[in-house]
Amino acid sequence: MSVVNVFFYIFATTLVVSSLLVITSRNPVYSVIFLIMAFFNAAGLFILLHAEFLAMILVIVYVGAVAVLFLFVVMMLDIDFAELRSGYMKYMPLGVLFGIGLFAELGLLFKAWTLPADVAKNIATPVPKDEAITNTEAIGRVLYTDYVLFFQTAGLILLVAMIGAIILTLHHKKGVKRQNIAEQVGRKREDAIEMVKVESGKGL
Amino acid sequence: MYSDIFSILPEIILAIGAMLLLMIGVFKKDGESSVVGILSLGLIIITGMFVYMQPSEPQVAFNDSFTIDAFARFLKILVLLGSFVVIYMSNEYIQEARLRYFEFPILILLATVGMMLMISASDMMGLYLGLELQSLSLYVLASFHRRSIKSSEAGLKYFVLGALSSGMLLYGISLVYGMTGSTHYSVIATVLKAGDVNIGLIIGLVFIMAAMAFKISAAPFHMWTPDVYEGAPTPVTAFFAGAPKVAAMALLMRLIFEAFPHITNHWRQILVFMSLVSMVLGAFAAIGQTNIKRLVAYSSIANMGAILVGLVAGTQFGISSVLIYLTIYLITTLGLFACILAMKREGEMVEDISQLAGLSKNNLLMASLMGIFFLSLAGIPPFAGFWAKFYVFSAVIDTARGDAAGVAHPGLYWFAAIGIVSTVVGAFYYLRMVKIMFFDEAVIDTLDPMHGKLQFIAVLAGIFTIFFIFFPDPLISSAQIAAASFFR
Repeated sequence: MSVVNVFFYIFATTLVVSSLLVITSRNPVYSVIFLIMAFFNAAGLFILLHAEFLAMILVIVYVGAVAVLFLFVVMMLDIDFAELRSGYMKYMPLGVLFGIGLFAELGLLFKAWTLPADVAKNIATPVPKDEAITNTEAIGRVLYTDYVLFFQTAGLILLVAMIGAIILTLHHKKGVKRQNIAEQVGRKREDAIEMVKVESGKGL
Repeated sequence: MYSDIFSILPEIILAIGAMLLLMIGVFKKDGESSVVGILSLGLIIITGMFVYMQPSEPQVAFNDSFTIDAFARFLKILVLLGSFVVIYMSNEYIQEARLRYFEFPILILLATVGMMLMISASDMMGLYLGLELQSLSLYVLASFHRRSIKSSEAGLKYFVLGALSSGMLLYGISLVYGMTGSTHYSVIATVLKAGDVNIGLIIGLVFIMAAMAFKISAAPFHMWTPDVYEGAPTPVTAFFAGAPKVAAMALLMRLIFEAFPHITNHWRQILVFMSLVSMVLGAFAAIGQTNIKRLVAYSSIANMGAILVGLVAGTQFGISSVLIYLTIYLITTLGLFACILAMKREGEMVEDISQLAGLSKNNLLMASLMGIFFLSLAGIPPFAGFWAKFYVFSAVIDTARGDAAGVAHPGLYWFAAIGIVSTVVGAFYYLRMVKIMFFDEAVIDTLDPMHGKLQFIAVLAGIFTIFFIFFPDPLISSAQIAAASFFR
């Protein structure tokens, strides 16, 4: 067994175990922590596949942004998780049944996993043979050329997500004082300061 | 590159137009949303003209991932029609329900961009991205009435189940990609033509089909439909019932006829099951409904089952019958929703079926139009809906006699027979609606008179439904031209 294999099994086992812990641990904060653990191990698997760019993106985007946001949400929201789990036992037999079904399918798949002989020649954009090209550069070369349509569509999807978040959560309340930067910047000395000559012995 | 941009010009115009309208909406003060609505109607018309001007001979763009042909043109015009009518009808509702957000037409426009991308997608990645663009807009639209608990519930339910179905879709796509080495439909078809089919690919196909069934709300993945239809604001329900179904059906058709044409027997089994379950469930579950939007939801499940019958046929005739059915279904549904939007008593929307009792004495026009739409959905001649069902069932009988290769499929006779029987069962609740409107005693106070715009749409749809029998040729011939795109 080579070193790569050893690392593969370490990463893969930890990934599976921590994913299981995500859905089984009672404290939701632990769940998020295990999720982060799972992301790190998945990133490790990507590195073994020589896909450093994907590994870094996984860590930066999923751990750095998504999981931390999850953590905030879980800590800030007052969710009664005991109540959420109340129907758990009722639906568990059915869930287990479907789970077994899916696992059986996966088992079949594992047994029958024979790729067609010349499948590699169908790959639309194979990894460049040239060692000098890093995989970040290789992705960059096709992402903005051959796959520009998908790139732009993904952008539109993000736009819809943004519009949706604003529509569903933004409330305009009446009578709330808001910062008006233009007004602040446009304010002049004369508007704010008044020179008054005060005679002695008298008030204003 | 220049020709690529030319191929996708309608989508670019619609997307950029939607973003411009977003800017207009943001910078226009005091929430005057109708300007954005009117401009978006103009934008859809312009886009429709550009779609109409596209060549009908097939062209591929963007590295073979985007196809324009007669099929795409036909369905894109259908989808644009659905979006246009919904935006046109919804303005008054939005004003009255105090939902004066200018984003409503913009989200419909962006969903339409997604649907047009779905119709033209000839690559798995394009399929997924188009579907997500459409679905994400629909999730937001479902919960648009954010002060209403039901609307929020509808949005959340749709979102959670939609995310699950996206997961299944991606899993299926990854299996197909693993087994064929490509995400392009044409390459997948070539691999499947040459080699034998292994189980990994079949499991991938099943997962993809399950996700598609969710999007077209075919049983057994229909559970979200009644709740979402009921909870969402009525114009949004009108939108859900029309254009997205057309787009998802187009996506399914292009997928099975371009990527999997050589394993027809494998996907036919799945479609036969989905179609049968949908027709039977749609017919029986609708009987007990008291809310008209839930009733329409079950009716749409049954209709999707009937549309799948045409796909089961798997022939050119089958595809053209599906296109005819989709057109008739879309127009009938839009007309029906124009009537449902007019169900108001003193400005409040009513959704209970019993409220329609004796409608014919107060508002004969609305009662007759609704009656025509229900009879058409039931498939009673001479209305358009009958011909829709007639074509899909004759297509499947044709295949049962002998498919393109001359092989007979005797099992499909049974399939067609059960389908027709369930249509007869379904006719019960449509006829009950007609009975309630025409023969029951009127409730004390009458419904408000129908708004002019809604009446206009309903009358147009009614004219189409009645007179289709005399002038079927334009629709049939353009459907045949569109269907020929897959058989060259």
